Amino acid sequence: MSEVISHNGYLSGSNLERVLRAGHFAVTGELGPPQSADGEVIRKKAALLRGYVDAVNITDNQTAIVRMSSIGSAVIVLQEGLEPVVQMTCRDRNRLAIQSDLLGAYALGVRNLLCLTGDHQTFGNHPTAKNVFDIDSIQLVRMVTAMRDERVFQSGEPFKGPEPRFFVGAAESPFADPVEFRPYRLAKKIKAGASFIQTQLVYDVPAFARFMEKVRELGLHRQVYILAGVGPLKSPAMARYMNESVPGLRVPSELIERMEAAGAPWAGKSKDELTKEDKKARAAAWQQTGIQICIELIQQLRQVEGVAGVHIMAIEWEEAVRPIVEGAGLYPRPVVPAPTAEAAA
Amino acid sequence: MIIAEQKPLNELKSLVGDAEKVLVVGCGTCVTVCFAGGAREAAITAASLRMASKLDGNPKQVSDVTVQRQCEWEYLDQIAEQVKCADVVLSLGCGIGVQAMVEHFPSAWVVPGLNTSFLGLPLEQGVWAERCAACGDCILGLTGGICPIARCSKSLLNGPCGGSEAGHCEVSPDIPCAWQLIYDRLKSMGKLHVLMELQPPKNWRKARDGGPRKIVRPDLRLAAEEG
Repeated sequence: MSEVISHNGYLSGSNLERVLRAGHFAVTGELGPPQSADGEVIRKKAALLRGYVDAVNITDNQTAIVRMSSIGSAVIVLQEGLEPVVQMTCRDRNRLAIQSDLLGAYALGVRNLLCLTGDHQTFGNHPTAKNVFDIDSIQLVRMVTAMRDERVFQSGEPFKGPEPRFFVGAAESPFADPVEFRPYRLAKKIKAGASFIQTQLVYDVPAFARFMEKVRELGLHRQVYILAGVGPLKSPAMARYMNESVPGLRVPSELIERMEAAGAPWAGKSKDELTKEDKKARAAAWQQTGIQICIELIQQLRQVEGVAGVHIMAIEWEEAVRPIVEGAGLYPRPVVPAPTAEAAA
Repeated sequence: MIIAEQKPLNELKSLVGDAEKVLVVGCGTCVTVCFAGGAREAAITAASLRMASKLDGNPKQVSDVTVQRQCEWEYLDQIAEQVKCADVVLSLGCGIGVQAMVEHFPSAWVVPGLNTSFLGLPLEQGVWAERCAACGDCILGLTGGICPIARCSKSLLNGPCGGSEAGHCEVSPDIPCAWQLIYDRLKSMGKLHVLMELQPPKNWRKARDGGPRKIVRPDLRLAAEEG
């Protein structure tokens, strides 16, 4: 019986899955848990996102910095009436820990999962740690989809009770090297069982369109929902830093110039000459332009065939999501009713 | 081969402690080739310790000897007498050499003079790089002869992560991305299709994760154990 109830024509029946399957242009967000045990931080961020995204990714010790666990944070997000996408990396857990944590996450009501390799621990605040990498992100996708579809643990041992049924996603970085292999790596993730893909931040739409051309040539856009990653630029310095220092991330010079132009009224003044008010006004001008650019990027990405939605990464700037979603004409978010049997369950 | 590097003199001094008679034992194999623990390094280390102990006002008797291979019993027999006379033995062998000494000379106090670093090769004079993780289940046949277990910072089996940039790893610009190397090599050999196979989770039991490893070859054993 449980199979009939849980299937309902859906893999997981999550809101994100329902929105995508109904053919709506999906919007996901991102929420970074605090570096503390303060659940209130999660509640505040969830309030900024509720109603504006179909689901929100909860990062898993992003950049290898210890934070509140993704699953713990996800449960608070659920309590706040927002649907989480739990991110799970291979850096900190072996196959036992991952499966065990995911059984718990499912029992707690989590329905979406994003499978990641994870940033190397040397970047974070515990660089002397031993990493795990027992499995990689593609093997993780395969493991959780086999748990769902074949009702077996990674070892091959069958489940004795209900299996966790996640809507399983993976990430892809269209501009990371070797660039020509990226569409094929995406194909591997689909082969492993991924249902949706969230990409690294896209600022260079023509380059992304070329990636998508190859994706379409391989027919991948018909096998997986691709959510293009976007994020508002906060300052010209941030734009330059991302362009120069983040692997697989390119910010075209015209966007950096637009950010610089937004701060032009305050340009030419040294740090000490700027008053507190000046700095505030300049930051607001930058932010407004950053949000405007993000809206335009979404509108351009929407025109690229095969893009099923956007993943908005407003890192530590959740307030930006509302104006971006509204400005892009993506508000209100669609309501796709859960199947009745699911509701009954 | 095994690549090692010398511990700093201060650490050697503290390992030797207040022992009066010190025997520095070099090894004539891997650590000779990587200039960490051969006859030359053993002599220099002994001289340094002698000098340092003089400067500290407590001169020690430090001698040195080098054997062909510290990891084989037959070579160790040759230095049994010298080991017996020493208060402490400073082994300039790799971690295997140190333990072979301990096992062969149970009454000797043996301390390590090197940090055993990795299994690798000299890229050029003075530069060594890791090549093998001794995982016990070689997959080089799947990856064009470039090992992602040893050379990818995350030991990935299904291709590059998102941190590969201009041929190097996200961890450091000094680390070539193993998967970029694998990709380039398979491409040049017309074998890119190999990368499209999903590689299943690795059986780490054959690596150290299955516990300490041992190989027994009955065909090579001299006397069958009976009873």
